[in-house]
Amino acid sequence: MPTMLEVTDLGHSYRAKDGVHEAIGGVSFTVDAGELVCVVGPSGCGKSTLLRSIAGLISPTRGSTTLHGSPVQGVPDDLAVVFQDYSRSLFPWLTVQRNVEFPLRRSLGRAERQARAAEALDWVGLSGVGGKYTWQLSGGMQQRVAIARALAYRPALLLMDEPFASVDAQTRFELEDLLLRVTREHASTVLVVTHDIDESVYLGDRILVLSGAPSKVVADLTVDLPRERDQITTRESEAFVTLRSETARLLHGGRPRSTKPVTSANQAEDGQTVASRWADAERAETGRRATTT
Amino acid sequence: MRNLFLRRWALFAALVAAWEVAARLADNPFFPPPSEIAGTASGLWLSGPVDRLFLSDAVFSDVLPSVGRLLLGWGLAAVLGVALGVAIGRSPVARHYLGPLLTFARAVPPPALVPVFLVLFRVGTPMQLATITLGVLWPILLNSADGARSIDATKTDTAVVFRIPRAQWILGVVLPGALPKIFAGLRVSLSLSLVLMVVSELVGSTNGIGFKLLVAQREFDFPQLWAGIALLGVLGYLLNTALLTVERRMLAWQPRQEFVVKPTTAGD
Repeated sequence: MPTMLEVTDLGHSYRAKDGVHEAIGGVSFTVDAGELVCVVGPSGCGKSTLLRSIAGLISPTRGSTTLHGSPVQGVPDDLAVVFQDYSRSLFPWLTVQRNVEFPLRRSLGRAERQARAAEALDWVGLSGVGGKYTWQLSGGMQQRVAIARALAYRPALLLMDEPFASVDAQTRFELEDLLLRVTREHASTVLVVTHDIDESVYLGDRILVLSGAPSKVVADLTVDLPRERDQITTRESEAFVTLRSETARLLHGGRPRSTKPVTSANQAEDGQTVASRWADAERAETGRRATTT
Repeated sequence: MRNLFLRRWALFAALVAAWEVAARLADNPFFPPPSEIAGTASGLWLSGPVDRLFLSDAVFSDVLPSVGRLLLGWGLAAVLGVALGVAIGRSPVARHYLGPLLTFARAVPPPALVPVFLVLFRVGTPMQLATITLGVLWPILLNSADGARSIDATKTDTAVVFRIPRAQWILGVVLPGALPKIFAGLRVSLSLSLVLMVVSELVGSTNGIGFKLLVAQREFDFPQLWAGIALLGVLGYLLNTALLTVERRMLAWQPRQEFVVKPTTAGD
């Protein structure tokens, strides 16, 4: 798969009251086309700053970003973002259909953008509600509208900033499955920022674990799970549990087991072997703990 | 609905009836009974020919010019106020520099400017338009600025990310987002327009409702004086109702409180 997004030594610092605060301390990674990559990190580690830098909403103090081969300056042309706060991100004065059409007005004629918006609403299972106002929908449905809006835009890269953090657990599961389904159907390239470890393992093809500020890539894990995922069987599978524990350990400042810490994607070993080796270590660890207690 | 309508107007009718009785009992020339005022009013304004809907000459020489000035002055203020307000609201620099100036300008009571405009424009419509427009500009401008400023950051980010062009951003996001506040300003300024219309006609006009009030007072024609006052009340009521109707249509998208789905907050 060709590389869709390449982030090289991206760093961001801003002036605080007590001198300069370094939020991101040089982050490098790549995302291949069609891949879903999750970024996890402790609270306040600059995950959102990283996402905003890639989206062009802020200009990072150093480093560079390349989107399908061309260097990014400002806001890239074919990039979409799904924000956490769907109720603020959607426009309450527009109907669902018109919300999805809104970003297409600049490039498409009326008939074409209507067709595209209707199609995207169908993908997320909302074909019946195009005429409603967004506030008449539940939170989960509103976030589906935001996803439809992003998909209708046909972005090269879809960025999601804590997309399911504001919905209840049940809805979150539904939205996770919906996201996996639509992004696979359309071979979308997705970068999801989340603080939820389980979510990152469940959704991701890969997981980038960030350290606390100034954040660096602590690990680049390949999720060694079958592509078809299920909220119950996947979450109870050994591989899932292992990877979740490992991610949690890395997040809390632990070192990856039986391997040296990696500081950037370039130095990372083949993720799959790393993950399986960790899985072995994890099993050994649980076994040991079981005997001592 | 019909019941509510009846109940609302029943009290009004009762008060008018009480006034009628009291005025007849008191028999005071300064306080003619409502029936007499109504008679005078219909004689004044509704004694015209059929083909002009019974409207008399006085309607065309006094009432319509007054209403015209009011609407024109208010309309100018609305256009200026919304345009300037939105521009100021979206520009932190403009807010920073113009803030104190706007607060000062708003604090000056508009009628106090009438003598200034009398000197600048002499008696007549330009002076009245200037009084109304500059007097009612501030509520519209400040409300528009406030509404435009309070467009939340997520909407701004959304527009930036989707590379929404500038015109679509202003017309499609900023204006609709500021519209509830803009309408609040428009309503305040509409009733203020009526006040300033009368004030400007009391001091500097040769026709209009305010001018006729002054004439009636000087001629001790109290029924006509009261008829003028009642007409102003009716005008204010009609204008406000019309604006409310427009507002309800344009803000029909606003969530009704009981249906709003609030996102649960989650920390980052």
